[in-house]
Amino acid sequence: MIASAQPSSVANAIQRYGGGVGFLIPILQDIQREYGYLPQPQLKELSRRLGVPLSRVYNVATFYKSFSLQPRGRHLISVCTGTVCHLKGAVKLVEAIRGQLKLPTGETTQDMRFSLETVNCVGACALAPVLVVNGTYYAKAKPGKVADILKAYK
Amino acid sequence: MEPAPATVRNLEALEALQQTLLKNRKLANATIATCCGTGCVAKGAIDVFQALRQEVAKLRSAPVPGRRDVKSVKTLAHTGDSQHTSVSAAKNGRAPVPGTLRVVSKCTGCHGFCEYGPIVVVQPHNFFYTNVKKEDAPEIVAQSALEGKVIERLLYRNPVTRKRATRAEDIPFYQKQRRIVLSHNGVLDATDIRDYIAAGGYRALGKALRQMTPEAIIAEIENSGLRGRGGAGFPTGKKWAACRQARGDRRYVICNGDEGDPGAFMDRSILEGDPHSVLEGMIIGAFAIGASEGYIYVRNEYPLAVERLQTAIAQAKQYGFLGRDIFGSDFSFSIRINRGGGAFVCGESTALTASLEGRPGEPRMKYIRTVESGLWGMPTTLNNVETWANVPRIIHQGAAWYAAIGTAGSKGTKVFSLVGKVNNTGLVEVPMGMSLREIIFDIGGGVQEGRQFKAVQTGGPSGGCIPAAHLDCPVDFDELTKLGSMMGSGGMIVMDEDTCMVEVARYFTHFLAEESCGKCVPCREGLSQMLAILNRITQGQGQPRDLEHLEFLCHLIQNTALCGLGTSACNPVLSTLLYFRDEYRAHVELKKCPAGVCRNLFRYEIDPQRCKGCQRCLKDCAVGAITGKRKMPHVIDQQQCTKCGACFSACRLDAIQKI
Repeated sequence: MIASAQPSSVANAIQRYGGGVGFLIPILQDIQREYGYLPQPQLKELSRRLGVPLSRVYNVATFYKSFSLQPRGRHLISVCTGTVCHLKGAVKLVEAIRGQLKLPTGETTQDMRFSLETVNCVGACALAPVLVVNGTYYAKAKPGKVADILKAYK
Repeated sequence: MEPAPATVRNLEALEALQQTLLKNRKLANATIATCCGTGCVAKGAIDVFQALRQEVAKLRSAPVPGRRDVKSVKTLAHTGDSQHTSVSAAKNGRAPVPGTLRVVSKCTGCHGFCEYGPIVVVQPHNFFYTNVKKEDAPEIVAQSALEGKVIERLLYRNPVTRKRATRAEDIPFYQKQRRIVLSHNGVLDATDIRDYIAAGGYRALGKALRQMTPEAIIAEIENSGLRGRGGAGFPTGKKWAACRQARGDRRYVICNGDEGDPGAFMDRSILEGDPHSVLEGMIIGAFAIGASEGYIYVRNEYPLAVERLQTAIAQAKQYGFLGRDIFGSDFSFSIRINRGGGAFVCGESTALTASLEGRPGEPRMKYIRTVESGLWGMPTTLNNVETWANVPRIIHQGAAWYAAIGTAGSKGTKVFSLVGKVNNTGLVEVPMGMSLREIIFDIGGGVQEGRQFKAVQTGGPSGGCIPAAHLDCPVDFDELTKLGSMMGSGGMIVMDEDTCMVEVARYFTHFLAEESCGKCVPCREGLSQMLAILNRITQGQGQPRDLEHLEFLCHLIQNTALCGLGTSACNPVLSTLLYFRDEYRAHVELKKCPAGVCRNLFRYEIDPQRCKGCQRCLKDCAVGAITGKRKMPHVIDQQQCTKCGACFSACRLDAIQKI
C-alpha cells in the first residue's frame, strides 16, 4: 500500500483527539485498528503531522505490547497466559496451536491466515485455559479442541 | 412510560425521578436478568439473553399459551439492552398488577459465580438459575416469569449435600459474603443509567455537591478508614487532602483500571457491571480535591469495560451528572477514557501518568509524589476502580457505617477473585479480617477434585505464596504483608498438590522480567539473572549455590529498584523459598520435581499391575511413544515421550504414574 493513497486516515486520527502529542497512544491505537498493524509510512506521516521526531513515535510503538510493527494475519489468536491459565495448561495449549498452525516460532502464518499472541490475563479465570479468537472467548480450551476451534476461521 | 433524559438540577428533582423510575420498575410482574459479564458471555450468555428476548417478544405477538385471560401485549419501552414487554390481561388473581402482565428481560453485570455461568435470575421470585442454555429460554419465560414456578434442574446443586438451592442466598458461595461494592452487580442493567438512579444512584453526588463542603467530604473519607484497593493500601482521605492542598493551576483525578495482575478481574467486573458507581465516586472525588478533568485508564484487554464506560459517560452527561454546573452547582467536570497499551508496569502511578501523556510507561522516582506533581506536572489523585466505587457508598451511608466493617487497620470489604484449583471460582466480596480458610473452603468450596490444598497466592506477581499452616490468618492489608505476601489488588489463586512451587516462582519471575520497563538496572538485569537461575533449576541443571544466589539477588533488587514493580518482584521467590524450601532442594540436589510438573525432572511410567491394556493412552499419544498389545500392559518409550500428559489424563485406572 502506498502511503499517499490514504493520507487522511492519520490526519483523521489526529483530529479525533484534538491534535496533541499527549494522545499519541490513542492515535496509534486507531491507526492499528485501521491497518491491523502500524505501517511505517503512516508512522512517518504521524511524526511529521504532530511535529515530533520519528524516534519518539517508535519509542511508544515499540514499548507497548499491543502494538505490532509487522502485518498480522486475518485472524488473531490470543492465548491467555495468566496465572490460572498457566496452572491449567496454557503452555501446552500454545504448543498445540503452534503444532496445528505449523508455526514453530514467530507469530504469523505464511498464508497470513492467523497471527498468534500470548496475553497476560484476560480476566476470565473461571474459564481457564482461555483462548480468544478475534474477540470470541473459548472456555476450557484444551489442546484437543484446538483444531475444531480454528477450523471455523478461513 | 419512562421519563426522557433531562438535566437533574437538585436533589429534589433526583428524588422525584427516582420515585418515578422505581414505580415503573415495580410494575413489572417478572424481571429476567441474564448475567452478561465476560465469564458468562464466553459460556454463551449472549445466546441465552437473545433467546429470552425473543421469547419475551413473542408475548407481544401472541397470547401466552395456556392463559386465555391474556388479550394483547404491548411493548413498554426499549432501553439499552433491556426489553420491557407488557401483556394486557383480564383481571386475574395471580397477576400482582391487575390488568397487565409485564415481563422485563435485561442484561446485568457479573454475579461473580462464574464457574456456574451463564446465570439467569428471575425476579420477584429470586430464582437463581445456573448453567442456563438458550434452549431453556421458553421454559424460563413460560414457567418462571409468567407462572412463578421454579425450574428444578436449573438450580444450583450443592456438591456435598446434593440439595438444590432456589435463591442465591441459599448457596454457600454467597452466604458468607458481604456485598457492598458488588451489590449492584447482577441486579442492575449496566447499560441503563435509570436502573442505577432507581437504586439510589447519584444521590451521594447530590448530597456531596449540595450539602457538603470539599473539606467535609475529605474528612468523611478519612474517617471511614478507606484504604486504596489497588494494592498499596494508602489511606484514600489522606491522599485527597494532600492533593487538595498541593499547589497547581489545575488538578486531575485518575481512575486506575489497568488491572494487570494475572488472575485478578475484580475491577473489570465492576467497570462492566456497575460503571456508574465508579463515575459517581470520581465526580465526588474531583469536587473534593478541586479537579475539573478526569481520566479512566482501562486495560486494552477489557473491550467490554470500555464499551460500558462509554455508554455510562454519555448517559451521565444526558442527566447533567457530568459536564457544566453539575446538580445546579458551579462545579464542572468531564471524564475521558484511555485504553492501555498492554504494559503491566502502567499500573504503577507514575508510569500510568506517563502513558496518559503519550509516553512509554516508565516510572520515575517518587521523591515528589503524584498528588503534588502528577499528570502534566499538576496535582493528581489516582485511585483504583474499587476504591472509587466505595466512595458513593461511604458518602451516602456515612463514615461510621463503613468504619464499623472490617478490622482495626483495614476497614470495609474487599473484593477478591478467587481462582485456580478451587471449586467455586469467581468474585467474592468479604469484610476485611475474614480468614483465608473461610474464603477458600467455606465460600470457595475447597480444592477441586478433592485434592490437597498446597498454597494460596495473593497479590499477583508482587505477592507471595501462603502455605496451609497460615490458612487461619485474617485477611487484611497488614496481616498478609507479615506473611511475606500482600493484599495486592485482590487476586487469590488457589494451588493444589499438583502445583510445583518452584515453577510458580519461575512463572512470576518470567512475567516480571518480561514486563520490566528496563529503566533501572536492578530490575532489568536482576530479574533476568534470577530467571536464568530459576530456568536452570526447573530444567534439572540447578547448581549447589543457586538458592543462595537467588536470595542475594532478591534482597539486592528489593532494596535498590526504582519502582514498586521491582521492589516487590521478589516476593514470589522469597515466599516460596521460605515456605517450600524442600521443594527447591529436591529440584537442585535430587533433580526431582515432587509435583511432577517440571518436564526434565520426572517421567511417566505405566504400572504393569494396574494396566489392563485398554489402549486408551496409546490412542491419545501424539508421538507414538506408547506400545503394547490389547489386554496386555503397555510401555512408554522414554526417549520418545514428550511428557505432554495426554496419557496421564486418558488413563481411567490410575495406572500411569509420575516418577
